[in-house]
Amino acid sequence: MLTIADKIFTSRLFTGTGKFSSSVLMEKALVASGSELVTVALRRVDMQDRQDDLLLHLNHPQIILLPNTSGVRNAKEAVFAAQLAREALETNWLKLEIHPDPKYLMPDPIETLKATEELARLGFVILPYIHADPVLCKRLEEAGAAAVMPLGSPIGSNKGLKTIDFLEIIIEQSKVPVIVDAGIGAPSDAAKAMEIGADAVLVNTAIAVAGDPVAMAIAFKMAVEAGRMAFEAKLGDQKNRAVASSPLTAFLDEL
Amino acid sequence: MSFKEIFEQHKWDEVKESIYQKTAADVENALFKQKRTLEDFKALISPAAAAYLEPMAQLSQKVTQKRFGKTVQMYIPLYLSNECTNICTYCGFSLDNKVRRRTLSEDEILQEIAVIKALGYDHVLLVTGEANQTVHVDYFKKVLKLIRPHFSMISLEVQPLDTDEYEELIPLGLNTVLVYQETYHQEDYRKHHPKGKKSNFNYRLETPDRLGKAGIHKMGLGVLIGLEDWRTDSFFTALHLDYLEKTYWQTRYSLSFPRLRPFSGGLEPKVEMTDRELVQLICAYRIMNEEVELSLSTRESEKFRDHCIALGITSISAGSKTNPGGYAVAPESLEQFEISDERTPAQIAQLIRSKGYEPVWKDWDRFM
Repeated sequence: MLTIADKIFTSRLFTGTGKFSSSVLMEKALVASGSELVTVALRRVDMQDRQDDLLLHLNHPQIILLPNTSGVRNAKEAVFAAQLAREALETNWLKLEIHPDPKYLMPDPIETLKATEELARLGFVILPYIHADPVLCKRLEEAGAAAVMPLGSPIGSNKGLKTIDFLEIIIEQSKVPVIVDAGIGAPSDAAKAMEIGADAVLVNTAIAVAGDPVAMAIAFKMAVEAGRMAFEAKLGDQKNRAVASSPLTAFLDEL
Repeated sequence: MSFKEIFEQHKWDEVKESIYQKTAADVENALFKQKRTLEDFKALISPAAAAYLEPMAQLSQKVTQKRFGKTVQMYIPLYLSNECTNICTYCGFSLDNKVRRRTLSEDEILQEIAVIKALGYDHVLLVTGEANQTVHVDYFKKVLKLIRPHFSMISLEVQPLDTDEYEELIPLGLNTVLVYQETYHQEDYRKHHPKGKKSNFNYRLETPDRLGKAGIHKMGLGVLIGLEDWRTDSFFTALHLDYLEKTYWQTRYSLSFPRLRPFSGGLEPKVEMTDRELVQLICAYRIMNEEVELSLSTRESEKFRDHCIALGITSISAGSKTNPGGYAVAPESLEQFEISDERTPAQIAQLIRSKGYEPVWKDWDRFM
């Protein structure tokens, strides 16, 4: 079972709420996915409104809301947003996203580290979205992050695990859960992330923009379960076993 | 360094000629590659690309959904003033249009806001003419303070300002500034803007640089289609965008492509752009730039807007009035242009849903 802070998760598929063609369809897909941690952009919801359309459709006992700070450009704005969210949504969980670059939405490592230090002092459960940078992940862990969320490839790109070599290092070194976020375009990408030992994946675009988001949500659910099962069953090492046609060491027998 | 230096390296006639010389092979090459250059953009807006409209539309829809999902943002203009000291040949607010002018007071603005809020809006675009004696930075500051508590996102489409003036407005909640060059054809620009501060082509051309330096969150670019060859003007828009994205990399960008509309005392378009050509331009912008926001106003007809939602447009207005006081206090005041699509915001939201998209009323917050 996966534990983050004081919560135990049976599903290792985390999901997002953006880009769906309607809140009703979003709700159906998220329920079908079995996801227990669902991220929602603070800028999309009216935090003062208990009847906010998006929030109403996420009102399920198994779903924990993970507010995210998408849109903020620095640590100061992120900390301010986090405090508003904690008060309005009554959760101290936060997906910390600081991307000053609005084109590729690349996360700012310096501001993210600064904000993590500050928010940890303020008692938040912080899940920072960052590059697949192993050193940064260790620094965030030391600063008090509850998990790290390195990207597989640029957000919304559906390009899969372009950063796999670095993800493997992060997974090997991390003492907090590693959630592969961003770029997971197909269930096979999610399965691969789980096979290499990721603790969970976060998927949004690939489900929201699919022809049938509900069916795609189920496909991801199965892929994540399969990938995790394969990891736990201990995959055989990939071996490149060459049989040389002219042995290089045969001469030793002749000596 | 500003865009002016890059602009001056490109001669209008040469650009125009190179666009018109693009071939079907250039278009195919531009369509099927991964990373595109401005030369590819020329091919996509060229006459040769007209034969590829359907594949362009398919690609545009696909990449738009990848980035923006199945959502369309809703915004509405709020005209604050139609006072203007410029003469512009194509605009209802032009100084030589002898009609009574008005600038809304704080009390009148609140009445307008009440109507707009009741329509469901949370993103507002403030619009004025250029009247520096009465509608100046202090007026904008007053207005921003007044309306900030009511909206999550505030945009401004007014006269170009200096960098330090933008720096004063941004902390008061100014998120986005739209500044359209109207045309990048310098001589033609002079013809259409014979009098007033707007006649200074270079000051307008360098406005996005001043906005970028001031650290604006988002800026909108565009030309008024109908003044000059739209293909060449659109190339310069794309060139401008390319420069700005690299220089002010923390800013978001949006593009508009307003076609000249009738107004009282109006000018006939010099260059017509067909619906088919506007679709080509929308798709070309999207294929060239997957991240830029593309906005469509009520200038366009109902049927055209109905179908453009799925083609690459990411934000849309509805129920717009283009005159100060148009929503509540002075419905009969002078309007900037006649709108074409007169359906209500609720009807447009329903239309968006029927196309399989979600209308998004709020996508920003005051804390940002």
